[in-house]
This record gives sequence, structure tokens and C-alpha cells, in this order.
Amino acid sequence: MAHLQPAAVKQITEICERYKDEPTPLMMILSDIQREYGYIPPEVQELVSSLTGVPVSEIYGVVTFYSFFSLTPKGKYDIGVCLGTACYVKGSQLVLDKFSELLGIEPGETTPDGLFTLDVLRCVGACALAPAVRVNDKVHPLVKPSQCQQIIDEIKKQEEASA
Amino acid sequence: MAEKITSEAELHERVAHCAACLNKKFKGEDGKKAIVVCGGTGCLSSDSEGIITEFERLIKENHAEDKVTVNVVGCFGFCSQGPFVKIWPGETLYTKVKVSDAKEIFEKDILGGEIVERLLFVDPVTKEKVKSQHEINFYKLQKRDIALKGNDQINPESLDEALAYETFVGLAKALHMTQQEVIDEVSKSGLRGRGGAGFPTGRKWQFAYNEHNDEKYIICNGDEGDPGAFMDRSIVEGNPMNVIEGMMIAGYAIGAKNGYFYIRAEYPVAVQRLQHAIKLCEEVGLLGDHILGTDFSFRCHIRLGAGAFVCGEETALLNSIEGKRGMPRPRPPFPAVKGLWGKPSVINNVETLANVPYIIKEGWEKYAAIGTEKSKGTKVFALGGKVNNVGLVEVPMGTTLRQLIYDIGGGIPNGKQFKAIQTGGPSGGCLTAKDLDTPIDYDSLIARGSMMGSGGAIVMDEDNCMVDVAKFYMTFICDESCGKCSPCRIGTKRLLEILEKITEGRGTEDDLVQLENLAHYVSQNSLCGLGQTAPNPILSTLASFRDEYEAHVQDRTCPAHVCKKLIQYWIDPEKCKKCSKCARGCPVDAITGEVGKTPFVIDPNKCIKCGTCLSGCPFGCISKI
Repeated sequence: MAHLQPAAVKQITEICERYKDEPTPLMMILSDIQREYGYIPPEVQELVSSLTGVPVSEIYGVVTFYSFFSLTPKGKYDIGVCLGTACYVKGSQLVLDKFSELLGIEPGETTPDGLFTLDVLRCVGACALAPAVRVNDKVHPLVKPSQCQQIIDEIKKQEEASA
Repeated sequence: MAEKITSEAELHERVAHCAACLNKKFKGEDGKKAIVVCGGTGCLSSDSEGIITEFERLIKENHAEDKVTVNVVGCFGFCSQGPFVKIWPGETLYTKVKVSDAKEIFEKDILGGEIVERLLFVDPVTKEKVKSQHEINFYKLQKRDIALKGNDQINPESLDEALAYETFVGLAKALHMTQQEVIDEVSKSGLRGRGGAGFPTGRKWQFAYNEHNDEKYIICNGDEGDPGAFMDRSIVEGNPMNVIEGMMIAGYAIGAKNGYFYIRAEYPVAVQRLQHAIKLCEEVGLLGDHILGTDFSFRCHIRLGAGAFVCGEETALLNSIEGKRGMPRPRPPFPAVKGLWGKPSVINNVETLANVPYIIKEGWEKYAAIGTEKSKGTKVFALGGKVNNVGLVEVPMGTTLRQLIYDIGGGIPNGKQFKAIQTGGPSGGCLTAKDLDTPIDYDSLIARGSMMGSGGAIVMDEDNCMVDVAKFYMTFICDESCGKCSPCRIGTKRLLEILEKITEGRGTEDDLVQLENLAHYVSQNSLCGLGQTAPNPILSTLASFRDEYEAHVQDRTCPAHVCKKLIQYWIDPEKCKKCSKCARGCPVDAITGEVGKTPFVIDPNKCIKCGTCLSGCPFGCISKI
């Protein structure tokens, strides 16, 4: 646990405390940590193990099973292309391919500058907006491959403005 | 602090009062117009929140607080036309409203009493403008008063508006009945599980009721993982209290004091509304101890999924709540005997529970009068894909696919030919033109090689390659197979490899035989429902579209021009305007020609088939061959 900042240890302890009255809180604890930090590295899993008594092997098993949990940090902007059926039949694979080409990364990867992660989503329930692309919490409706560059540029512009 | 509801009499009094208030609001008897804006996920994505803020600003600016109110409702269900703004009284429905349209609606309609014609819905068939919601064909043929009750009428974050729709009246009635009487009522209604398999709900409850145990659980399965389906999301977002009531009735019937909602983490709006609804119910004593003054005590809890399709399988879901990898358990023991934390548990789908209050309140006879002989009540479908009216549809069982696709769905866009409708998601199959007059119920869909599934209904047209669709589902299943049993873990991967071979033009006749054999093997030998049904998309497309598979294998062509390796882009030299737009857009410089002199040509050896030229040509000279 040598790598963890004291503030992080404190916060993770708080998260574990939050659910101490629940019978099997592991999923809730991990969801909160994932939301807070964007990933759940091995040293955090060890800490959760020592706080909850759940073996770290089991925690690792859970973290690697669910697609919402990640072992590595995600980019600042998580571009999720929906590959649900409604989006797929309307060509979302082409949108995913375009993002992959433009960002130079495969789905599941993060750009070296840590700005973008490209992900595949399995239906966000916005089928009328197919193909849908979600950037963090914002859903872009009816995305065509030709609009991908624009979406990336807008984020970059926003970044430059805030820098 | 909200006023407690501590007895049935108090509940009825409050219901009557709230219903009168809502009615007054809709009829404008309070002297105000009511602006209603859709707050479903689809419309929120198109900034319906911004529309609300804009209306609020306009009201303030014009000091119109005593003339008009702004209200948010759960979900209109007609997602392809959203965001919606509806004006009461009169029910004028404005579609595809943008924030910038709010001013015109406010000035013309609210202040001036004039209809904003340009924002009315245009019927895709007749091309006529339709003024109010109930005149739109999409709504006309539906029966949206059981599972989608109140979804487009009430604010999902208001207990009073839910009460105006008689929510919790069914619960009050159930608490007068014995547990066995409640179970009998549900059994006689003919309600079957809406999650897909169609197991009789009453029988499931009976199994758990028969178990003697101090602790039992009722679990609501909201892990709607079927890609292209959003029924449960919309039901929870639109009227969470109705689902809570259904869960409470189920809890009472089997003897559970605690209920767990397992909801996908992909549905933040649904989770937030459910949390809010539980809080409101707790505040007035509708959840907690001694509900409505009886001995019945009940509490609701929420657990979030974390992105695993297999957790929709009920035993995998139990493992997930228990903080484990979401892998299925062998059965028996069934969850009704040994479920969550080893206690008897009933797992019902969101929509199943949403049907329960109606059955208890109105009586089983009225419910059983809807539907077909073996499938009672209504079914909610998420109609999507290549259909004009995309949205959420609640229809009586027995409605035909033709009615669903053409009358409600408004047919196929752009004059294209209908090819298939896929129901049941990755576990289901495709139905074709010859099945269009099939009445939709559990048994008729299975007889035709598909299944009801949870309600995803994706329409496909001539531009969809059915081998590619089968490959799509198999990719999904490979990703989502939990890995516990080898027929599913290895078998689905092998199936996918064969499909990849075929779609890349490397397939042989022998591959088709292998594909079919292996598909049967996987379905017969997998541990849980996911693996057992995973080959269905292959088997059903093989049965209905064998010619497409054969074209890929024998002629090395993709008749729908989808499979990249089997198509070429081609510029018609007769039509080419020699403008060079395509050549300038090509990322690999595969297009050559001279501006104004010679028609442009694509070099097939350089072309990466990205489609940029096709979508970019302003004159439609480029096609796939």
C-alpha cells in the first residue's frame, strides 16, 4: 500500500465504512471507487481486502469480470460508441472504426496523452438516436462517421480553452 | 415533512384528492395552461432539460406564473420524435422541439392560443400533420395503461401524481387478501414472466411461498442487457412507484420483507428516479413498518449492475448481488428454494412487476380478457432499427407483427424493402415477411424459430446482411460469455470464427454444415440460458436466409453489400460530374481523375472501403457492388 496517498486511503476507508451494515457490499464499494478514481489498481484492491476481509484474489476476480471496472486509468474523455443492435444496424461499427482511425487506438485503449479512451457500449437505451455516441455523460445522437473528427475537435478546443 | 399515509382510508382520500388535482391541471380548470416536457433518457439526450429551463425563463420574463406551469413527465415512448412538448388543455403535441423553439411555442401557443404548425407530427404514411397525441397512429393502436401506465402523464418524481393514477390502491387491496389469494389471483390472470422465458409468475411465487423460512427476498431484475431494448429503463424512469407497488405485492404474497432492485449502471436516470421514489414512499410510510396500518413491513434496496450481460440470468444476478463474479449457478436448487444469501427468493423482471398492480386492482378476469389463449395481458416492445416510428410500444398480446411494424411503426423508411424483424435479442431469432401476420405471443414466436425475449424488436431492411447480423450477435455473446462452462466459452468463439471466415469470403460449404452442427451442440450443452440460446440468431438466419449464407460461400458476394471484404466501391463514369470531391475526401488517395476532364476512378487495391466517398458524393454517383 506504499503507493497510495494518505488522502486516498482515507477516502477508500470511508467508502468501505459507508456499506458496513450491508451483507455483501463488495460490488457497491468497487462501484464507488471506480466512479471516484476511474480505475481500481491492485494496491487499492489490497486495501479493500484488508478493510473488508474479502480475499484479494476474489476482489481481483470481480474487478476483471465486470466491464465497468477497470485496472488502468481511463482517459479524461471516455468516448463510448454504442454497438447495441439498433445502433449496429444503422452503421455504428463504421463510427467506431472512424474514431479508432482518428485517435490511433483500438477500442478499450487510451491515448498516450491520457485525453481519450475509446470504448464499446452495449446499448445505452437511446435507440431512437442511433447511432449514439456517449462522451462521458453526454450522448451525441445520430452520429455519422463524418462527424467524428468534429466531436474530437470540439473536446480539444474545450481543453485548450480551459488550459 | 410529508404527511404520513397510515391507513387504507387515508390512502383513498389522498388518491381522490390527487386525481382531482391532476384532472384539474389537464383540463385547465385552475385557469392555467400546462406545458409538459418529456424527461426520458432519449429526450434528455436531446436537451429536454434545456427546453424546461427556457420555458421557466420565459414565464419569469413575461410574469406568466399565474397563466402557465411547466411539468416534466417520465417518457412519451415515441423516442424518434422527441423531445416532446405537450400543451394541456387540448393535448397539442409538439415534436422534435429544440431549445430555440420554446420561445415560439410560448408566444404563439401559450400566450396567443395559436398552434405552431411546423412542430406538429407529420404522419410518415399520409404526410398529414397531426395535432394531438391520441390522433397519432403510433399511439392509437397501443394499450398503454398497464405496464406504461401514466408514463407520459405524470411526473416520476412526484408521489402525488403517482397517487392520482391510483398507485398503491392495488397494494391496499392485496393486504386485505391472504397471501395464497394474491398468488391465486396472479396465477389465474395468466401473467407470464416478461424477461423472456415466459414462466408463469403465479407459479414462481407459489414455490417461494411454500418454503418455510423467516427471511425471503423479492428481487426485481432490471439488468436489461439485451442490446437494442429499453423497456425496463423506460418503465422505471416513467413510473417507478408502479414497479415498487408491484414488488410490494409480490413481497407480501411470498412473505418477503425486503426487496432488491438490480439495475444496470448504464441507466443513471432510472436509478436516480427509483432512489427518489423509494425515499418519497419511506417518508409517507408506504415503505417501512406497518404499512397502511397492517402488520406488513417492507423495505426496498437498490443494487447496481456493473456491465455484464450474463447478470440478467437470475442465478448470475444473485451472485452479483452477493459481491461475486456474475456466473450462473447450476439448478436445482432453484432460487425459490435457495436464492439470495441462501434464502428463498423470487426474481421477477421490471415489466412483470409493473403488471401486478393492475391485476390486483382490476381483478384477474379483466386482465385475462386481454391477449391470446396462452399469453395474457400486454407486452412492451422497444421498436427500433429500420422503422419510421422508433419507440416504446405497449400492445395487447396477439397483435400481429404487421400491425406492429406498419401501423404503429409507420413502415420502413426511405421506401426500402422490409427484410426481417429480430426479437429476443442475442437469444432470439429473426422473423421474416412470411411471418408478418403472426399474432405475437410467447408460443407463436417460439414456433417460428424466435422468442418473445424481453421485448427488443429490431427491424431490418434490404440493406442489412443477415450473416453479418448473426456475426454481430455472436461477437456480443463471445464478449459476454462468463467462461464458466466450456460449450459456451469455447463453442461460441468457434461459431464466431466460422462466421468471420464466411463474411470475409473464405467460407466453404463444409463450414455451413459445421456451423449448424456446432450451434446445436452449444445450445444443448451449455449450463445456463445464455449459452443455451446463444446459437439462436445463427440457427434462425440459417433457416430463413440460407441463400445469403450460400452467396457468401459460393459466389463470394454479400447480397446486401455490407461485408467489407466482399464489396467494392464504384463510381459510375456516366454519372460522374468530375468534381473531385471524392478524391479530396479519400484518406488513402485511392481515387484518381482530372477535374472537369475525366471521370474519377477508385483503385480497388488501395481502397480501404471506409465509405467516405459514398456518403460524400453530392450527386449519388458512387455505389457498392
